Amino acid sequence: MKKTLLLCMVALMVVGSPLFAAGLQETAPAKEVYFLNFKPEIADVYETKIAPVFEAETGIKLKVVTAASGTYATTLKSELAKSNPPVIFQTNGPMGLAGSLDYTADLKNTNFYKILSDKSMALGEGGQVLAIPYAVEGYGIIYNDAIMRAYFALPNKAVKINSADEINNFALLKAVVEDMQKNKAALGIQGVFASTSMAAGNDWRWQTHLVNVPLYYELRSKGIPFGTKTRDFDFSYGPQMKNIWDLYLNNSTTAKGLLGAKSVDDAMAEFALGQAAMVQNGNWGASQILGVKGNKVADSDIKFMPIYIGVAGEENIGLCVGTENYLCINKKVSAEQQALGDQFLTWLFSSASGKAFVKNDLMFITPFNTFAENELPTDPLAKEVIRWMNKSGVTSVSWDFSVIPSEEWKTQFGAALGDYINGRKNWAEVSRVATDVWKTEFDLSN
Amino acid sequence: MQKSIRRYAALFVLPALTCFFIAFLVPMISGVILSFFKFSTVLDGTFVGWQNYKLAFINNEFATSLWFNVRFTLVSVVTINIGAFALAMLLTRGLKGTNAFRTIFFMPNLIGGIVLGWIWQLIINGFLLPKGVTIVTDPKYGFWGLVVLMNWQNIGYMMVIYIAAIQNIPVELIEAARIDGAGNKTMLTSVILPSIAPSLTICLFLTITSGFRLFDQNLALTAGDPGKQTEMLALNIYNTFYRRTGFEGVGQAKAVIFTLLVALIALTQLAISRSREEEA
Repeated sequence: MKKTLLLCMVALMVVGSPLFAAGLQETAPAKEVYFLNFKPEIADVYETKIAPVFEAETGIKLKVVTAASGTYATTLKSELAKSNPPVIFQTNGPMGLAGSLDYTADLKNTNFYKILSDKSMALGEGGQVLAIPYAVEGYGIIYNDAIMRAYFALPNKAVKINSADEINNFALLKAVVEDMQKNKAALGIQGVFASTSMAAGNDWRWQTHLVNVPLYYELRSKGIPFGTKTRDFDFSYGPQMKNIWDLYLNNSTTAKGLLGAKSVDDAMAEFALGQAAMVQNGNWGASQILGVKGNKVADSDIKFMPIYIGVAGEENIGLCVGTENYLCINKKVSAEQQALGDQFLTWLFSSASGKAFVKNDLMFITPFNTFAENELPTDPLAKEVIRWMNKSGVTSVSWDFSVIPSEEWKTQFGAALGDYINGRKNWAEVSRVATDVWKTEFDLSN
Repeated sequence: MQKSIRRYAALFVLPALTCFFIAFLVPMISGVILSFFKFSTVLDGTFVGWQNYKLAFINNEFATSLWFNVRFTLVSVVTINIGAFALAMLLTRGLKGTNAFRTIFFMPNLIGGIVLGWIWQLIINGFLLPKGVTIVTDPKYGFWGLVVLMNWQNIGYMMVIYIAAIQNIPVELIEAARIDGAGNKTMLTSVILPSIAPSLTICLFLTITSGFRLFDQNLALTAGDPGKQTEMLALNIYNTFYRRTGFEGVGQAKAVIFTLLVALIALTQLAISRSREEEA
């Protein structure tokens, strides 16, 4: 009797456990699109504004999960392995795409691909279209024109020019910045440049964005076209990068030793509060300026200028314009789910209500032919990017950092820049890190 | 009664065994297997043999973290055990408020590592501010910051173990030693220390392994900055796995090496301490 009972119970457990496990598995509702969002600063817009409207108009539920800043790769990795994986996910360019080739569906026949104006902007391999850009962005030096006007009105100013518009090369920028730093008390600022943020995960403005400028000049002078991988990086414009890097560090709101604890948020807040006159960042930072409590900068005073580093002919360059925001559709989900993903993206970037969100809430400058002139975003920085893109006689600097061989290169280069700040490396050593690690990392990934 | 317990033993063990199997054995075995694969998600990958183990030493990053970790563990093991033992001696003398102090010293152990890391980062940065530097300006600040944090967190815990051991020393033994004319020094080296040898073994084991396995505190206090110069083994493995595309398998290989290393060190230490206990 007892033996039978024992047998029964063991049998029940053995049979029961898989049932139990199966019960725990998430099963997706019939009509749901799972979007793994990359940008935490606009997560709210997707969740509280776009999702309800999309569901009301199409009957499809939008599930948005947002990875915390700097953890997208991690989150994507674990989400893709789950039983209900994301349908739409983001990749940051050729390098990111290489890491998720097992999951990217061919988008050639999607409606989403059809609305892309310049088809060459999409990423692909072997005739397949695998990733489509959705937002063009620009970065440069953001400046507060009110502070600049106050400086140019100073009776004892040391420069001849009369407005920030006239700054068009490094020599002029340096003269203005250094003179402003001398007069910082009169201008009511703590320093010309906001903190050169070097806290963990906050050095991308330098190890990716700033280094893009010397990288751009080097690749173009070697005749290497945009987007072509190269094993040799000589950092031949390194001395020019040192120019601007020293200018940032020596005319800052913050002492060098303290920069290791500063984040991008800190720098943007300093700018928003009027403690700094300039900050290097892109148009995505608009919400970080406008949204800061006690913001003292008027919308009309937020302006952009290109990053000048002291290269001959730089009078004709513009902002760094490009994208590292590409969307992919997961080929490992059902065909039906893939179609829903396409439907959502097409809806967002071509329907009237979708486009309104893109313009007013997401504030993207999009590369799609569905947007009319008056449907472009109206925040001050996006307007400035559009103004610079259309300025005659000016060439935008492309985002060549997409050919940086790996994230590891950025990490090590960022660390070297940090060591330079604290006097543990001189510039020659920084250059050596830049060139040597490039080779090592290129060989590892190719 | 005995007989039926024996008969149902398998049944009673089953839940625990299932948990152990699912939460420990399977992940551990699949971890070892994955270290021979190149993969981006844990469900599919391609076999690459020893490639990952070779890549683990491609630059001296892993060796640097190992060396940083060894130095950190040596310093913190010594300071924690001396500090904990000294406090235990102090708090077994029947001073006023002994219980309150024991509680206070033990309390840091109840706070999570991440929280401790943030709190200490604020405190240390506050101290360093007048010098115009922060904890990540120079790796030496990070090193000593981690040592201080580790001490603060662990001394209380080890103290409790030592207190229990000291209280277990038979009163007769101490009285006899006193009558035989043992001074304070002799008392310490010939009576107390030999009597608490088993606790010493346990405390050394705990501090050595936790020194090597330190992760949250490291992440929250310095995150390995500046550069990777304050990055310990566990954090290095995490960063390799999650921050480098295509290096998931290498992170896994590092984790296997790490497990073997910690097990080796801990077992050696146990064996040595045990043999000395028996001599004593």
